[in-house]
Amino acid sequence: MPPDYWQTLQLTLVLAASTTALLLLLGVPLAYWLAYARFRAKPLVEAVVSLPLVLPPTVIGFYLLLAFSDDTALGHFLINTLGLSLNFTFAGILVGSVVYNLPFMMQPLQAGFQQVPRSLREAAYTLGKSRGTTLWRVLLPNMRPALLSGAVLTFAHTLGEFGVVLMIGGNLPGRTRVASIAIYDEQQSLHYAQANAYALTLLGLAFGILVGLFYLTKRDATRRLF
Amino acid sequence: MLDFHLLKALHTAAGPRTLDVRLALAPGELLALSGPSGAGKTTLLRLLAGLDRPDGGFVRFGEHPWYDQQARQWLPPQQRPLGFVFQDYALFPNMTVRENLAFAAAGPPGAGPLVAELLELLELGALAGRRPGALSGGQQQRVALARALARRPRLLLLDEPLAALDLPTRLRLQQVLADVHQQFGLTTILISHDPAEIARLATRVVELELGQVRQQGPPPPAAPGPLLGRVVAVLPGGGLRVQLPGGAEADVPAPPGRACAPGDELPLTVGVA
Repeated sequence: MPPDYWQTLQLTLVLAASTTALLLLLGVPLAYWLAYARFRAKPLVEAVVSLPLVLPPTVIGFYLLLAFSDDTALGHFLINTLGLSLNFTFAGILVGSVVYNLPFMMQPLQAGFQQVPRSLREAAYTLGKSRGTTLWRVLLPNMRPALLSGAVLTFAHTLGEFGVVLMIGGNLPGRTRVASIAIYDEQQSLHYAQANAYALTLLGLAFGILVGLFYLTKRDATRRLF
Repeated sequence: MLDFHLLKALHTAAGPRTLDVRLALAPGELLALSGPSGAGKTTLLRLLAGLDRPDGGFVRFGEHPWYDQQARQWLPPQQRPLGFVFQDYALFPNMTVRENLAFAAAGPPGAGPLVAELLELLELGALAGRRPGALSGGQQQRVALARALARRPRLLLLDEPLAALDLPTRLRLQQVLADVHQQFGLTTILISHDPAEIARLATRVVELELGQVRQQGPPPPAAPGPLLGRVVAVLPGGGLRVQLPGGAEADVPAPPGRACAPGDELPLTVGVA
């Protein structure tokens, strides 16, 4: 077992869980807006949201690194006004993860919102329910599989995060060193057994998560029939 | 009671048309809307409910303006005291029958007794704990109606509520509709293609075509003679199984003061149980 195995694993899981939680909070309103609103610049917004799917993670990492540094207006504001120094910190890789995983949360959620029949929303309105109540009591409960897929995909994808984290966070044990970076690091030092310990853990987690997802969505689908 | 003039661009099979309908309904009236598909019937109901925005005109309900283009007034559907029964029922799949009704009734005090009353009135008591996915079409239809009533609406809008149901269920729900309309003191607009249904329920028919009122007036009388059913079997407990003209079978209570045997012909009123 590598010396800081548990520490690295814990950091990886905390990063994945925090990214998922933040993206649920951010993704639900954003997906609601994109699913139902009609405006001319919508393709533009959708393209921005989907950009991380096609951009190399190093590109995102590079620009975030620049944005967080004292040399840019945003970074200057973050550091000097809010006291937030994001480069090479856990908060920094969390922000990077959130940006990078946005499409993995957004695509299932947006599809989920669109799949709820329009008449359900309208029925709630004719019963005097506000948009907020309708979202909370009617829409979200009827798109649980979409919420689950979004959360699980984001979580699993963050576990394997490499490029963005490396660019923004580097490889600081206990602060920014996640499992996938540890694999690369150990392999570079020719510690194949240690690299294997991490790799095997990630493989097992990824497989377990997907099995769980398929099992849960299948059960959810059958339960909704009865 | 309800007084409106509504304008809205329509996209019909015959090209773009304008929906242009002006009508006034008296309190307690049950108006049937009929006409070919694409005539604008559903659009008209949606405009009245506030689900779509008109291009022009006005809607007044009693003293309250719901929509007025000139005064730039528009009430969202939430603020219009109406019940809407959708063609696909639109029951919330994540809630049981009782929860669907309670969700609709939430807000005004005394909602609890109303839910119980509606469950009983529409014979949904035994189904109260079930989810919509486990109900038949006729049962879902009754839930949809009960849910629309749970908000204590004053205007009831029904978009072909009975079209998808088999004849016995339809006959029975027509009676339920007539009862509910009376009992809740509603003004009702019903979209229907069924002349017999219109004759039984409506006080006035408006026929739309390509967005315009083609004709209106009292409903033409139903087909001559009572609807006859042939008794197929006497059920334990005194009920009768009757074959209806369409070939479908329905269970009805035996008419009082008359013994029936299989093979007898029986006049059926609307109240097929």
